[in-house]
Amino acid sequence: MQPVLKIDNLSVQLPKGADRQHALEYVSFEVHPGEILCLVGESGSGKSVTGLSVMGLLPKGQLTPVSGQILLQDENLLEASDERLRDLRCTGMSMIFQEPMTALNPVMRCGDQIDEVLRTHIRLAPKERTQRILRIMEEVRLPEPKRLINTYPHQLSGGQRQRIMIAMALVLEPVLLIADEPTTALDVTTQASILQLIRDIQRDHQTGVLFITHDFGVVAEIADRVAVMQWGKVVEFGEAKQVLSNPQHAYTRMLIGSVPSMTPSQRERDASAQVVLNTSGLSKTYSERAFFRSTRTVHAVQKVDLEVRRGETLGIVGESGSGKTTVARCIARLTDPSSGEIFLDGKEIGRLRTGQLRPYRRRIQIIFQDPYRSLNPRRVVGDSIIEGATNYGLPRDKALERARSLMELVQLDPNVLDRFPHQFSGGQRQRICIARALTMEPEVLIADEAVSALDVSVQAQVLKLLDDVRKHFNLALLFITHDLRVAAQICDTMAVMSQSKVVEYGLTRDVFTNPQHEYTQSLLNAAPGKGWDFGAFLAP
Amino acid sequence: MEHFKVRRSGTLAKRSQRTMLGFLVRRILATIPVLAMVALFVFFMLRLTPGDPAAILAGDNGEPHQIEAIREALGLNEPILTQLTIWLGNILQGDLGESFFFNKKVTELIAMRVDATLSLAIVTLIITLAVAIPLGVLAAYRHGSWVDRLVMGFSVLGFSVPIFVLGYFLIFIFSVKLNWFPVQGFKSISDGFWPFLHHLILPSLTLSVIYIALIARMTRASVIEVLNEDYIRTAYAKGLSNMVVLMRHALHNAAVPIVTITGIGVALLIGGVVVTESVYNIPGLGRLTVDAVLGRDYPTIQALILVFSCVYVVINLLIDLSYTLLDPRIRY
Amino acid sequence: MSAPEESPIALEVDSAASAAAVSRPRTVLQMLVRNPSVCFGGVVLVVMLLTALLAPFLGTIDPSNIDPIYRNKVPGTERMLRLDDGSEVPITHWMGTDMLGRDVYSRVIYGSQISLVVGLAVAILSIAVGLTIGLVSGYIRWLDGIVMRIMDGLMAIPGILLAIALMSLFNAGLGTVIFAIFIPEIPRVVRLVRSIVLSIREEPYVEAAISVGTSVPLILIRHVLPNTIAPLIVQGTYICASAILVEAILSFLGVGIPPEIPTWGNIMAEGRMLFRVFPHNLLYPGIFLAFTILAVNVLGDGLRDTLDPRMAKRLG
Repeated sequence: MQPVLKIDNLSVQLPKGADRQHALEYVSFEVHPGEILCLVGESGSGKSVTGLSVMGLLPKGQLTPVSGQILLQDENLLEASDERLRDLRCTGMSMIFQEPMTALNPVMRCGDQIDEVLRTHIRLAPKERTQRILRIMEEVRLPEPKRLINTYPHQLSGGQRQRIMIAMALVLEPVLLIADEPTTALDVTTQASILQLIRDIQRDHQTGVLFITHDFGVVAEIADRVAVMQWGKVVEFGEAKQVLSNPQHAYTRMLIGSVPSMTPSQRERDASAQVVLNTSGLSKTYSERAFFRSTRTVHAVQKVDLEVRRGETLGIVGESGSGKTTVARCIARLTDPSSGEIFLDGKEIGRLRTGQLRPYRRRIQIIFQDPYRSLNPRRVVGDSIIEGATNYGLPRDKALERARSLMELVQLDPNVLDRFPHQFSGGQRQRICIARALTMEPEVLIADEAVSALDVSVQAQVLKLLDDVRKHFNLALLFITHDLRVAAQICDTMAVMSQSKVVEYGLTRDVFTNPQHEYTQSLLNAAPGKGWDFGAFLAP
Repeated sequence: MEHFKVRRSGTLAKRSQRTMLGFLVRRILATIPVLAMVALFVFFMLRLTPGDPAAILAGDNGEPHQIEAIREALGLNEPILTQLTIWLGNILQGDLGESFFFNKKVTELIAMRVDATLSLAIVTLIITLAVAIPLGVLAAYRHGSWVDRLVMGFSVLGFSVPIFVLGYFLIFIFSVKLNWFPVQGFKSISDGFWPFLHHLILPSLTLSVIYIALIARMTRASVIEVLNEDYIRTAYAKGLSNMVVLMRHALHNAAVPIVTITGIGVALLIGGVVVTESVYNIPGLGRLTVDAVLGRDYPTIQALILVFSCVYVVINLLIDLSYTLLDPRIRY
Repeated sequence: MSAPEESPIALEVDSAASAAAVSRPRTVLQMLVRNPSVCFGGVVLVVMLLTALLAPFLGTIDPSNIDPIYRNKVPGTERMLRLDDGSEVPITHWMGTDMLGRDVYSRVIYGSQISLVVGLAVAILSIAVGLTIGLVSGYIRWLDGIVMRIMDGLMAIPGILLAIALMSLFNAGLGTVIFAIFIPEIPRVVRLVRSIVLSIREEPYVEAAISVGTSVPLILIRHVLPNTIAPLIVQGTYICASAILVEAILSFLGVGIPPEIPTWGNIMAEGRMLFRVFPHNLLYPGIFLAFTILAVNVLGDGLRDTLDPRMAKRLG
């Protein structure tokens, strides 16, 4: 069978002054009709560059293909004129992107955006064009296509937007679809349905799909074959089952081994330990008042009751907008709760004013999601770490001493306290943030999606560090995450949140093996690659 | 840009129509505190100046009876709150007081002078938009090239050459040396369109330079920003040509900041009108302002500030309302 | 950024950061010196400052020296000048004389003093006042509403108009001119500072500081204030340029510095009557004025590109 896409020894040069010479080095693979090839790798591996090279959309003057061939059905795209490339886009090859909100033009109706593809590439009467748009919208399973034609992207949900993108990409039935992390920005349940859709359409039309992802769960779910990329090179290539169950290259083994398992880990738990933190009826309502407008109220969190014991990890799991982060912010008192109580060691702290709160602040510390914005870029990390301790009266030299010992604890060189945040990688910064929280000698540590922005290999290390720290200091850890796999590995108990409420709350093992609430069930069902036990090959 | 909030979820068409009306009402009402603040400023500016305001207005050689007359005319003998109520009441009834210098109702004075200023402003606006937006789009499209540098260079120059310097420079070349245009003066449109335009071209060109510099700069910046957005990449991925991407996708999305700066630039324009009318001897509101200040004609100054500020606020209100047409995400 | 996490303890610098560090000059100062706009604007400004300071030694004569015989002489006219002690020296009127026979060159050179003093004073005053108001109102909620309403009102009055109106209330003089120009500049600085405060306040590192118990004043000084410095330097430069311009406009319209003091605006105001015959009275001060403002604006653009890339991206 002739491949729809054949990439042969493709190299792409990076501009001078970058960290390496090539974004891609001698990349070769083929995509056959009716197959899904997954291109997997961590950030910076060159997987997106590969997709953009095929489309001819590399930023001009920055990334230049220097050798090799890209053959779309025997036509070398690297030698094609700009005009020919324009003609081929959406007719021969299409691409969908990660963030459907920003990938659609916000000021243009969705129907018009699909229509634009038709008007550009083929001649059809307006009526027929509308027919065709409605048909493709139905095919991507959008509800009420007639109404959605006239909506703007911001009026749709994330999943619907991605369906519009897919409709736009497939309306002219190209032979190749390039999907660049198309489900990464979506919630897990939406992700499952979009993956299903891509699978179905691809099978019906025998489209070849180049699917770019960093998530091995998605790979397990959708891939026929897999190419693993590292530093611009394809390090492993093969049948999906083969690669996932028996990876050959050390890097692939490390990557797959870092994917947390969906099977909850066996954790011993001291049920008699003292409760450090509990909430009762915790609620947060945002209301917006204005002249001549009815007050809008948004219930971000409704009547949440939680408790964490010393040395125990409580996970709060939910999709975006479920209110999980608001719970964390209320407990850390970065947001004032609207009603309900927060008890720290039995003392109500939810309604204390700034001055009264001061002695309690120290005892609850929080780590944020984005390691790049969590440290003041203008201050050396040492100053950031000791800021809290000196606030509470510790002399500077004592605080620095404490910072040095904590740097060792988080496995960083204590001699780098005088460096600035930009000199550290994302994982290192997150370690520094952990050290900063620990200088306060807290009793409760909140990790708000603290590993979500990290690559999977780094994520595994930071997770391990958090768990070690919890044991070492006998901390109560409140772990906020959207990732069920991570939750399965680190949490003793977990609360599942949906639409601002806790819908299920119990031991992690019980929630995973015997979910009661139908939302939890759908969440577990939707988890990509749930059937795969990654890392099993590592077991002796 | 505080109105630039993105709405989270969709609403039905019917509901949005109702809220649209509410939005209009709210935006119009929101200008009231601003205008009230302007009125208070104008009122207290005179009263809170150290020293006797009447003596200041009478000037260095003011005779005691002149000072007393001024005090009487402005009601400065009353308690300050009474003065404020009377003054605000008069304004609300459209009575802006009587000019010391011209011995006329200020409203009459303004009515006599408004058409020259309005003509100047409109011709300037037309020239500005016709030149600035294409220049800005071109510079953004050829970002980093010599065209871009040329446009940016012109823009800095436009900001830097004072209007009166430029005005006299243009008069000297085009009127004195080449004799293409009349040196100074103004003809109303009722005297015929050609004489009207003939007299207005140089002043409008002079006035538009700084405005063009401002808007071309903003157009360039916002188009460059939009060109980096993901949906531009999507547009290219659809196989659209550069021109279509630039005009249909980029310029439309860049419209809100461009329109905003056009509104803010009206303040610049009003300041420019004062100078340009002096240079070209145009009998408009700008000239009136200068004459009033030189004649220490405080009621006229007060009235002109109120009128100009009102114009500025109303224009920006209209621009705010136009956002809803330009960007469907703008929340009602 | 790539690669399995570095081996513990040993610190490796983030690859992207190190790459950037190689191509990036080490200090802000080096970056500034490399920027052609900063160099051009800075050099011109320094030359203008020296001119203003050294005005008496630059071949000038008393700028208010009236001589009815030598009225309206074209540039390059030579003559003998009688000094106070009775001796005579030959001088050349490089830029001609005005309608009272005063030497235009001397007046232009001395005029630079007023322009620069006004520009710098207005810039410094409005930054200082605007920064204080902006910081306080950005962090104290109830005050914010009131302050912003006042600023909205002040913003609604076109700046030059407000300055002209204020001048009508004062006796013309250097101090009052500075005051009249500086008042309309305040709201712009306040808004800039406030917008920075509001965006920095949402940064996770500020929230982290809150949760480790840092007090509000300390947060403002440690975390917020440093972020305002670069934008304020840039804004201050633009304000300086605009103040020089407005001062010239006020003088030109006859409501600024008293006419007997030589300023560029005053020289031009006097020259405008006869400008068709003797354009030099307008030309030379006009060139100096435009060139100075241009230099300050170019300096501002250069500073913005190097110090404040975020703003550079927004405003091009």
